[in-house]
Amino acid sequence: MTTDIDPALRAEALASLLIERGLVDEGVMNNFIKTYEQSVGPMNGAKVVARAWTDPDYRERLLADGTGAIAELGFKGPQGEHIVVLENTPDVHHVVVCTLCSCYPWPVLGLPPSWYKDPSYRSRIVREPRAVLAEFGLELGEDVTIRVFDSSSEVRYMVLPLRPAGTEGLPEEDLAALVTRDAMVGVAQVAAP
Amino acid sequence: MSGPGGHADPAYLLDTSGPAAPPRDNGELVFRAPWESKAFGLALALTEAGLIDWEDFRQALIGEISGWEAAHPSGEGWSYYDCWVRSLERVVSGKGLIGAGAVADKAARLAALPAGHDHLDAGHDHPGAGPDHPSAGHDHG
Repeated sequence: MTTDIDPALRAEALASLLIERGLVDEGVMNNFIKTYEQSVGPMNGAKVVARAWTDPDYRERLLADGTGAIAELGFKGPQGEHIVVLENTPDVHHVVVCTLCSCYPWPVLGLPPSWYKDPSYRSRIVREPRAVLAEFGLELGEDVTIRVFDSSSEVRYMVLPLRPAGTEGLPEEDLAALVTRDAMVGVAQVAAP
Repeated sequence: MSGPGGHADPAYLLDTSGPAAPPRDNGELVFRAPWESKAFGLALALTEAGLIDWEDFRQALIGEISGWEAAHPSGEGWSYYDCWVRSLERVVSGKGLIGAGAVADKAARLAALPAGHDHLDAGHDHPGAGPDHPSAGHDHG
């Protein structure tokens, strides 16, 4: 493979060849792009989290079978075949990485942000999680255990963050609006409104 | 093919944020340039058509990324989708769907097209498509 081709040119050449030969349908390709640019994203995961916070039975199902409970809300698809949900507690904080590439639970979080794919995050979060989380603005007490989960097998992880104090009366919809992507990867916590 | 992920896409104009917003990354789009979205869409379309196996592609991507990291210990010049598109080319030619030198040949032909031809998306900064974004020889007029 020639190595000195500009990546944009390489992508364009590959696309042209595959489309010309009828191997890729341009409409199908564009639909995938549109779906992940516009429809599938962290708002899906936020709904899952809000449901788990308000419905103990659902929370139990979610922790026992992530993929199944997530599909109950209509979220499924590529990279969602085996989702495991990690529940944060006051004593244990989970954070997710894919050390080898970029595995990520697409149906609930959409495509990963750049920093998740960055060589620096992928190596450092394993070696020095507390320091990296602090760089994200998340200062955890020394008494909190940090567990780093590597998504590089077939399993895709999603974090169930702690429900913030003072949100007891909030309806599910308002709770979902508080939940961020970063909290579901584990580099942030959910802030009270 | 001026459409896919192009600047006419209204998504980047939306000003909302938070989980209810379209899937953008705290102000940055999922794809930073149209060629990245194209490389992404190709891999999914080929997988859905059963022409490549996603796990083969993932393994190729892992190899490409670790190779890049070994050659660039400082991390400078990192492009995830560069690794992605190289892996995809490797898998597609490994399956015999295209010849080994086909992409290089096609790229050379595309590069030789006169400036102003609107096929290439190189140089476009997707989210920042404003009045002063680099137009890289484009001529949409």
